Amino acid sequence: MVQPLEYLKETPSQTAGPYVHIGTTPNFIGNAGIYPEDLGLKPFPDDVAGEKIKVTGIVYDGTGTPLRDVLLESWQADASGTYGPGIQGWARLPANQDTGVWTLETVKPGAVGKMAPHIALWIVARGINVGLQTRMYFDGDDLTTDPVLARIEHKIRVPTLIAKSDGPGSWRFDIHLQGDGETIFFDM
Amino acid sequence: MTLHPRTRDQHPPAYAPGYKTSVPRSPKQALLAMGATATEQTGPVFGHSMLGELDSNLILNFTGEPAVGERIVVYGRVLDENGRPVPNALVEVWQANAGGRYRHKKDGYLAPLDPNFGGCGRVLTGEDGSYEFLTVKPGAYPWPNGPNDWRPAHIHYSLCGPSFGQRLITQMYFEGDPLIARCPIANTIANKADLDRLVAPLDMNRARPLDFLAYKFDIVLRGNRQTMFENKPEGM
Repeated sequence: MVQPLEYLKETPSQTAGPYVHIGTTPNFIGNAGIYPEDLGLKPFPDDVAGEKIKVTGIVYDGTGTPLRDVLLESWQADASGTYGPGIQGWARLPANQDTGVWTLETVKPGAVGKMAPHIALWIVARGINVGLQTRMYFDGDDLTTDPVLARIEHKIRVPTLIAKSDGPGSWRFDIHLQGDGETIFFDM
Repeated sequence: MTLHPRTRDQHPPAYAPGYKTSVPRSPKQALLAMGATATEQTGPVFGHSMLGELDSNLILNFTGEPAVGERIVVYGRVLDENGRPVPNALVEVWQANAGGRYRHKKDGYLAPLDPNFGGCGRVLTGEDGSYEFLTVKPGAYPWPNGPNDWRPAHIHYSLCGPSFGQRLITQMYFEGDPLIARCPIANTIANKADLDRLVAPLDMNRARPLDFLAYKFDIVLRGNRQTMFENKPEGM
C-alpha cells in the first residue's frame, strides 16, 4: 500500500429543485417577513463608477422552452477590473416566473489581466444536477487576447458566450442548455 | 492559490434519465475544462451585519410563533478538501414543513401549510467552520417523476465559500430514511459511498433532553493548493 492521500472529497451536488427561491430569494416569490430584503439584489451601489448596462436573457431547455424556475448568479469585476470588496460584483438573478426573463443591471466590467471584460454566470434549477458555469463576453470588445476564449477548440461555439447589444447600454444574452446553439459550459 | 479541479465522478452526471427533468436540461456537449482564473478564485464576502438574529431559527423566524413538527438542530462544519475550516461561508437552507409542503405558490400538494413556518434560514460559519440551524424535520412528499415517486425528507443547502468557483448546492438527507434508496434524485449519484456523505446521522450527544434532537451534516468545498513552482500568465 502507498501512503494515503488525505484529502477530503467535495460534498456531492444535488439539484436546487423547483423551490430554490424559497431559500435564496424568498421576498422575490412573496415569502416576505423573514429577511428584510433578498441578498444579491444588485451587484454594485448606485454611485459606482463605470458605464451602466442592463443585460437580459432567457435560459432555454433542449425543447426550446424557457426555464421559468431558474436562478442565476453573476460575479464580475468592477469597471477597473477589480473584484470586490464585500459582495460587490455579485448578484442573484431569479428568472421572471411567467416569462423566464432574467435581468442584470450593473456596470460593464473592466478587463482582468489579459482576460477580456466578462461576467461569470452560475445557473441552477430543477433538472440541473450540478450548477452550470458559463461566461458572458461583450460583442465589439477585443476578444483576441482572452486566454479562456483562445483555448476553445470549436470556434463555431464561441459566439454562444458573446452578448449582443440590443440598444444603448442594453445587452442580450440567452443561454441554451442543450441542442442547437448549445451554450459553452465550463469546468474551471 | 489555485482551486483544485472538481472530481466530477463523485457528483451526479448532468444527464440522469431516472430524474426526468434532467433530460431536456442537461448539456449534450462536454464541459470545457480549464484551470480556474481570478474570476473563479474570488467571490463575494458576506458580513454578519446582513443577517438577522432569528435567521438560523426556522422554528421562530416566520411569525415568531413556533412551527409544528419534530424539533431538530442540524449542525456541522464547512471544511475544504484539505480539511481546513471555511470561516464566514454563507450557508442557506430551505425545506418543506413537517407535512412535506413548501411555502411556494407552485406547490399544490394537499398537505397544508403551517401558518408559522416559512422554510428558509441562513447563517455564516464561525472561525472553526461551524454552523447550526434550529428547525423542524421536513416531511417526505410526492412529486411527478415516476408514477409513485416520493422525495425522502431533505433539507436543501446552498454554500457560498470564499470563491465563486466553490459555489455548491446540495441536499441533506436523514439517517435511516427508507426513501433515500428509492429516490431518483438521490440516486443520480453513482456511488453509494458518495450518496452516504449526504446522509446526516442522528447525534444524541448534541440533542437537548426534552427539547430537540440533533443531526450532524459536515460539508466539504473545493480546496486550494499553493501555487508553487508555477508561473501563470497574468489573468489566468
